[in-house]
Amino acid sequence: MNGHDAPPTVGLSTGPATSLAYHTGTWRTERPVYVDLAPPCSLGCPSGEDIRGWLGSVQEGEPGLEKAWRRLVAANPLPAVMGRICYHPCQTACNRAEVDEEVGINAVERFLGDTAIERGWALPVPAASSGRRVLVVGSGPAGLSAAYHLHQRGHEVVIREAAAEPGGMLRYGIPAYRLPRDVLAAEIRRIEDTGVRIECGAPVTDLRAAEAEFHAVVLTMGAGVAHHVDIPAGAASHMVDAIDVLRDVAEGNAPLVGRRVAVYGGGNTAMDAARTARRLGASDAVVVYRRTREQMPAHPTELEEAVGEGVRVQWLSTIAAVEGPHLTIERMELDEEGRPHGTGEFEELDADTVMLAVGQDADLTLLEGAADISVEGGVVQVDPATLMTGREGVFAAGDVSPGSRTATYAIGRGARAAAAVDAYLASRVLPAEPVEREATASRLNSWYYSDAPKQHRSALEAARRVTGFEEVLSGLDTEHAVFEARRCMSCGSCFECDNCFGMCPDDAITKLGPGMRYEIDYDYCKGCGICAAECPCGAIDMIPEVR
Amino acid sequence: MTTVHIPFLQTGSLAVGGRLLSEDERSVQSHTDRPSSLTKGHRACQGCAEALAARWVMDTAVEASGGRLIVANATGCLEVFSTLYPESAWKPPWIHSVFANAAAVATGIASSLHAQGKDDIRVLAQGGDGGTVDIGLAAVSGMFERNDDVLYVCYDNQGYMNTGVQRSSATPAAARTATTPAVGRAPGQAWGQGKSMVKIAMAHEIPYVASATPADLRDLEAKVRTAMSIHGARYLHVLVPCPVGWGSESRLSIALARAAVQSGIFPVVEARAGELTDVQRIRERVDVTEYLEPQARFAHLFKPGGEDALARWRAVAEANIRRYHLLGGES
Repeated sequence: MNGHDAPPTVGLSTGPATSLAYHTGTWRTERPVYVDLAPPCSLGCPSGEDIRGWLGSVQEGEPGLEKAWRRLVAANPLPAVMGRICYHPCQTACNRAEVDEEVGINAVERFLGDTAIERGWALPVPAASSGRRVLVVGSGPAGLSAAYHLHQRGHEVVIREAAAEPGGMLRYGIPAYRLPRDVLAAEIRRIEDTGVRIECGAPVTDLRAAEAEFHAVVLTMGAGVAHHVDIPAGAASHMVDAIDVLRDVAEGNAPLVGRRVAVYGGGNTAMDAARTARRLGASDAVVVYRRTREQMPAHPTELEEAVGEGVRVQWLSTIAAVEGPHLTIERMELDEEGRPHGTGEFEELDADTVMLAVGQDADLTLLEGAADISVEGGVVQVDPATLMTGREGVFAAGDVSPGSRTATYAIGRGARAAAAVDAYLASRVLPAEPVEREATASRLNSWYYSDAPKQHRSALEAARRVTGFEEVLSGLDTEHAVFEARRCMSCGSCFECDNCFGMCPDDAITKLGPGMRYEIDYDYCKGCGICAAECPCGAIDMIPEVR
Repeated sequence: MTTVHIPFLQTGSLAVGGRLLSEDERSVQSHTDRPSSLTKGHRACQGCAEALAARWVMDTAVEASGGRLIVANATGCLEVFSTLYPESAWKPPWIHSVFANAAAVATGIASSLHAQGKDDIRVLAQGGDGGTVDIGLAAVSGMFERNDDVLYVCYDNQGYMNTGVQRSSATPAAARTATTPAVGRAPGQAWGQGKSMVKIAMAHEIPYVASATPADLRDLEAKVRTAMSIHGARYLHVLVPCPVGWGSESRLSIALARAAVQSGIFPVVEARAGELTDVQRIRERVDVTEYLEPQARFAHLFKPGGEDALARWRAVAEANIRRYHLLGGES
């Protein structure tokens, strides 16, 4: 109002005004603040993928697919592989399970991976070179990941692989019905296309020579040697190592296993071996495991799939002796600490072939004579933060070092090793892995997600089940993949649903536009907390006001 | 219902907006350039759902009328908290006269505009349950009976809140207020009293009657748009949780409105010419305790001796569900 036509002064104000003159923010005892919390999927992903991030790009539909893939491969360069074989701890952790069913993250990952192969999307080729050379020993998931990430950081990288073809356990340990070889080859080739050199049939036998040739060495030899147990066996017995069978099948030399096959062990290799035996013509594949289902190291999905294919499991049993096709099985019982003990009760089981899948060891002959590299429990000991062995400039990651023996963990550790080597080469201190606050299910307001149409979900279930089962069945199509991505609740991170903006009784929130989120006007916000309560994804905290 | 179809894009029709929605699929409230007819700085209590619903209603009405809207306001919280002299929180032209006559004032404005040939300027009257169901009922009923061209909106917070939480004829049974203490054999507001303003409005057979809550923005905006597309007397009844009068946490205002609908306690309906034409179905049914327990005015229902009242509330919800077919089937 202009001063010349102001009405007579009344009270404190000098004329008609809007309520903007009154700052109700002074009433506040708690203030809302936007936060970005870590979603359980990413926290559960050993590969360190920003799952919420790349699903967010898929949500945009066709225009967002390549961006989504680029966000994905920023952590994991093998999405088509992992979209098939990963045991997807992300989905186990997904908060959506509390609303209806977890998001089919793995199926969307596979969709992105396959789409990238189909459309020929290339990984970024790093421009500048640091002038530093790094040797990666072994081309399994840990080695490929380490090499990829090292090269992305500008280092020259050579992978030396003892076998004839690259891939390590991805090629020689995982059956083709779960991971078609052309998919694996395509994703490895794509890493090579960025400038990573892979030399096959080139075992590294001299560590000192390698150290002379390279500025740093990353050991990623994996654990490809079958662990052995002593079982009294007659001369006519047909006992083989499960890992060898898988390798032979991978190389195209399908062995004869007979009609009845017993697999000894309870891990994922045992499951793969039993399922492979069925495919090799065994009508009867029995897994003999000395503990119970709860204690089985194989992932529940792999067990389910094996059982679904007709594999039987004989729980609480050990193979006491093998004589020709006759197995003597001892019944076990668990003591109070859950350890199995023989009961002295025996039974017979007939098997033409016994496959041993009681664990795998690393081949550490390369390290013989390297006293400064300590080996405990069959694996190379490393600094848990830097993954450096006791020897300066020599790092280790994947199955050859301690930790979970899964491909996804190997990829994550490979990336970590790359970061560590990078810091080492630059004489920098490697920052610690951040400890992030988790966006728990209790923070969510699931009401706002509950209208995902059900018919889409049922169509997805069938598609999701095929993951890692029958490659003749296809993955998701674009429509379903985008829909599935949109089921992501974006736990702990604002996705701009406008609830806070629209539901503030005090009109105290400003919408800043696409991608920019919102701003709270604390001059007027009374701190009622409706924005926090109605935020679907729990991205607003109420914190005590300090004046 | 007169709702628009919102595709499921991470969230569906229940959220205010969504980054993946196209412009015409967005609610009025999701737009950065929404009118914000009730500006910040108003003195409504923390978590006041009336202030929220009033902005939603007014913004939609302003848009629907192309900004040509005049508002008459009854006495009540809404008037008191928005217009402390000499400040006003209202952007549209707005008038307050006395407690009982908002509907009559609106009628006068509408008649005057009509006489001047300005039928494109629309008139909205609004008040709380006190100004509508109690004190202003005669004027409201007269406006209905004459089918005056006014949209009347009642924000029902179920009592006289700004004067110290006295009962009104919209206060629900068993609720404790300053004038219905939670003592004696039937504590709180007596059973069998009170009026259903929605049914009263329907009985006048006016062109359009609807109820809504701040728990469903899309539904509320659609109803205001529908109402604004019709000439003649129209009535919209909005349940607005009141943290002070209900004794609930301010952050729960939307959640309580949601629970009122999902328990069957507050039917969200639409009627034309006295005939019920649509109801909002219960989406995820909850027990009445979800609505009642967070409110201190019902605290005695959850103490020994409160079982009967609780059972009666369940029966009320059941009756609503039957009467309005809230769980599906023919409406």
